[in-house]
Amino acid sequence: MNLTSLIDSLLSDTLQTSLPLFGTELALCGTIVFMLLVRVLKGGQHVPPFLLAMTGAIIALWLALPREGIEAWADLGRQELFTGMLVHDTLTAYLRVFLLSFVVLFLVLAQLTGLADRDDGQDFFTLVLGATLGMCVMVSANHLLTIFLGVEMASVPSYVLVGIVKGRRRSSEAALKYAIYGAGAAGVMLYGISLLAGVLGSAHLPTMAHELAALDIPGQLAAGEGGSTVMVLALGGLMMGVGLAFKLSAVPFHFWCPDVFEGAPAEIGAFLSVASKAAALALLIRVGFGLGYLPEDPAPSLAATQPAAAISMVSTSQIPTSQVAYQSETASIDGSADDPLSPVRNFFVILVAIVAIVSCTFGNLAAYGQTNIKRMLAYSTIAHAGFMMMAVAAAVALIGRDVGHAETALSALLLYLSIYLFMNLGAFAIIAFLRNAMHSEDIKDYAGLIRSCPMTAVMMTMILVSLIGLPPLAGFWPKLRVLQSLYEAGGPLMITVLVAAGMNTAISLVYYLRVVKVMCIDPPSDTQEPPTLGFFSTAYILVVALPVLLFGIMPEKVAEWADLATKNLF
Amino acid sequence: MNLSEPVVYLSLLVFLPAVAALVLALLPRLTDDAFKFISLAVTIVVFILSLGFFREGAGVDFEVGVAEMQNMFNTDWIPTFGIQYFMALDGISFPLVVLTTFLSVLAMGASWPIKKHVRGYCILFLLLETGMLGVFMSLDFFLFYVFWEVMLLPMYFLIGVWGGPRREYAAIKFFLYTLVGSVLMLIAILMLYFNSDLTRLDAQQLVDAGIVHVTEGASPEEARNVWLEGDSLLAERYQEALGGDDPSQRRPLHTFNILALQQMGQHTDLFDAEVLGGRSIQWWAFVLLFIGFAIKVPSVPLHTWLPDAHVEAPTPISMILAGVLLKMGGYGIIRICYPICPQAGYELAYVVCTIGVVSMVYGAFAALAQTDFKRMVAYSSVSHMGYVVLGLGVWSAMADTGYNAEYWKMGVNGAMYQMIGHGISSAGMFFMVGVVYDRVHHRNLNEFGGLFAKMPLYSALAVGLFFAGLGLPGLCGFIGEVFVVLSVWKYSYLLAIISASVVVLTAGYILWAIQRVYLGAEYKGPHEEALVPITWRELAIATPLMFLAIVFGVYPNCVLQYMQPSVDRQVDHLAAWTQRYDERETATKPLSEEDGQVAAVKRP
Repeated sequence: MNLTSLIDSLLSDTLQTSLPLFGTELALCGTIVFMLLVRVLKGGQHVPPFLLAMTGAIIALWLALPREGIEAWADLGRQELFTGMLVHDTLTAYLRVFLLSFVVLFLVLAQLTGLADRDDGQDFFTLVLGATLGMCVMVSANHLLTIFLGVEMASVPSYVLVGIVKGRRRSSEAALKYAIYGAGAAGVMLYGISLLAGVLGSAHLPTMAHELAALDIPGQLAAGEGGSTVMVLALGGLMMGVGLAFKLSAVPFHFWCPDVFEGAPAEIGAFLSVASKAAALALLIRVGFGLGYLPEDPAPSLAATQPAAAISMVSTSQIPTSQVAYQSETASIDGSADDPLSPVRNFFVILVAIVAIVSCTFGNLAAYGQTNIKRMLAYSTIAHAGFMMMAVAAAVALIGRDVGHAETALSALLLYLSIYLFMNLGAFAIIAFLRNAMHSEDIKDYAGLIRSCPMTAVMMTMILVSLIGLPPLAGFWPKLRVLQSLYEAGGPLMITVLVAAGMNTAISLVYYLRVVKVMCIDPPSDTQEPPTLGFFSTAYILVVALPVLLFGIMPEKVAEWADLATKNLF
Repeated sequence: MNLSEPVVYLSLLVFLPAVAALVLALLPRLTDDAFKFISLAVTIVVFILSLGFFREGAGVDFEVGVAEMQNMFNTDWIPTFGIQYFMALDGISFPLVVLTTFLSVLAMGASWPIKKHVRGYCILFLLLETGMLGVFMSLDFFLFYVFWEVMLLPMYFLIGVWGGPRREYAAIKFFLYTLVGSVLMLIAILMLYFNSDLTRLDAQQLVDAGIVHVTEGASPEEARNVWLEGDSLLAERYQEALGGDDPSQRRPLHTFNILALQQMGQHTDLFDAEVLGGRSIQWWAFVLLFIGFAIKVPSVPLHTWLPDAHVEAPTPISMILAGVLLKMGGYGIIRICYPICPQAGYELAYVVCTIGVVSMVYGAFAALAQTDFKRMVAYSSVSHMGYVVLGLGVWSAMADTGYNAEYWKMGVNGAMYQMIGHGISSAGMFFMVGVVYDRVHHRNLNEFGGLFAKMPLYSALAVGLFFAGLGLPGLCGFIGEVFVVLSVWKYSYLLAIISASVVVLTAGYILWAIQRVYLGAEYKGPHEEALVPITWRELAIATPLMFLAIVFGVYPNCVLQYMQPSVDRQVDHLAAWTQRYDERETATKPLSEEDGQVAAVKRP
């Protein structure tokens, strides 16, 4: 392979394969650059930045939507982009639509609450779109470098967004805390990445999986050799886990979460708890499945991986041969107990399952004592992240046995994310509107809300009950699906997770219901002026919160989309 | 879309209150009385709809003497999850449905003293009615679960906003207890779902499960083939699960259909696999479900939410709680626990019976010790619902009795009758307590007395209803209690003697309460001047209850004719199952020394 043919294949890969599927991200980039440039131009200050950002987001969303209707996802295969740095499959497609729909709703919210006023507008919207761009990279990452890149691209704007309201001590403190914590986690993660890439000779996830399979860890362990290699791999995995856990705000790397949520404006809380969490979960799926599962037929992606191997990898020569050698082998033994990747999966599943149980339980228990509604919701976010991680654990545990069931588990997760969007965006939107109206975010100041803003109180009640996971509200269905997947995964560990998940539903009841009680049962306080919300605020709350009820009664459509998005994943 | 289709009629019955609640929420501000009248009208319409089943020959009616499910319909709700909108009525659910609609009218009538946030109250009350009716009618396990949970939130608010001084504590306790129970139920549902397999049922069983509909003159096999060739989504999945000619492609087809699960529990070994601690799937499912339902019944030791909830709830909500909500626990046990998990029920029959008897005794003693009038009535509910658990659990169709199911039938019929009778008498007792509480604003048993002189009509009705609760012959409480106690005799002498002697305790606390409240020379408490005679509205609520208490006591057949065929059918099926099970067990067990005669014959 000489240089010209290499460049040729690189060009055709970039121009013909990758760029057309990269339209969403390009649209976001274009919008960001345009928004920054407009300010420099004469008269550019008078262009409302909201309009620019909104246009850009809608174009990006339009590009992310499948041209031929959602059903086209059923035939969408796995396609590696940019020489294997990114991957485009139904998961990418679904989550991109998810992220951009959220961003569109979020921009409207930010405009309505006045978070992005005229002077700050450009900065704010640039940061939001930039973070979204990073999240889009995260959900399609197929290479340890893009994973790191995506995490950083999403995190750095988030640090600034947390402190976007200038001159508030708590806000600045939260931003600083977040930045320092994030930097630490990123450093550890980078170290982990270098360990993994160093041992496996590649940072391209499918190649790493082949290398892992070639290492034959079960055989080595049985023979009593290779302990140090396994140790280094485990250490690298754990260190990468630190970075992921930080983004997921999973215990024990959750400490930033309550402080940041309390310090940051409520709108940013919605952004962090929905978009950022979704991207982090996607990343967890990418890592878990990328390293823990070898597709039975990797041939289609071979052509795309070769240039990547030539450019960014250390040891290229033997990869194709090892791939071919393992292709037949894995096809026959995949799913059996001596699958060479089963230790990787077990390691991943045990780690994720334990972290998930602890996060879920801790988040729910810690939420009890909170007096600030944003802080309470921060802990609720931690608990829900734990719940969602359970689905990932179940999916990875199932993939070795039955691909179909693993896809169902992932579909449960996607359903969870979609419903969670409405619940958390709704909750934080209500908090933001009420903050503007009554300048308080303490739970006790919501007393008597049912009198002054009945609609808002009812919607908030609905959202909170949905967060508990009670039918007939939407929050119930994803929980049910996750429990189903856990049951399907079986085994003592998964049953423990199942019981923990079930019990957590009961634990979480009390603190969500306490807010409901304050709003609906407690008499209004004398000192607090009863808040009034404008027409647009109420309309926005309705638009975001009503799906919680509608999807609760008719979850069919969302569930179908989630199913479609996972049907051909593997 | 006409009313003679079950799907329209039953849906209307269930969802009319919810729709009315939505309309109430959107109406402009009206007077409080207007909201109450609208809600009352809605509950009356729903009651009339439920009475419509009595019209013989109408498009949708309830035929007397038919044991099978009637007015069944079955459509997809969430096909992705395999959940159906599947409802029907049989002799077990029908009386409870009518009881629910009837008590809803009376409870709405009893809601006139509610003055706070009337619109919210009416909305929640109507939502509650939808939930209750849905639970009794749904035959898809998931639909059942959803309705079960739908009730929680309205109930929480009804207790928490309109209740007494400790209302918030009582409301959250009620919510938490029920939620823990329903989480356990959810886990059991998942266990059963993932081990179920529709393809294992034969044609007749599919017909019994309401999946295949037999047209006149066709055999079940033919009907199944017609169904398979039809375009229903389930039939398609069924074909898929069969996997065509290739046996390796065969996959189980899971289902939430309660009737199908019953067939699987009784005719297949799908739920017999061991899972945990050497126990089978159905053993664990039974235990989890039973705990969930026992919380609702409530049985000792899971009853502690009930006195708090009842005492703090406003009078109409106490009536609903005692009259309908407790019955859901009993209904769940008879509809779900036993038919789906017969083996576990058989093994644990003595445990269930003991729980029933302990509840009876404990509830009676606790009622004796109360000084709060309403708390005493609440504990009497614990005691009376113990009869229900005991009657359902008396698995007397054993080898010793030659698989004679007569006594067991008597027990289950008695338990069902006790549910209806207790629905009438406990709602009446709570209403009577509420009437006097509205006047004097206290419930201290030691500060009453002499009410007979001041409110003669009220006192006569109250004493009558309390006697119905006591189980006086000729009133509704007697039939159920005597059936249950008689049926236990064949099962266990010890439990029979204890349960029979509880009647003495019951008489003790009821008579003592009557003596302290209604008899005596003078009223000893505060607000004596408020003791005015019973109003017309109150009379209109108390009289139908008293009337039914007498009718059900004198002519029990008016209820039994509806419920008995279905109950007998289910018990017969379970008795037949017991025989098959025992034969299978003895056939597989190697002969040993203890096997008495058989072994003795073989010995030379």
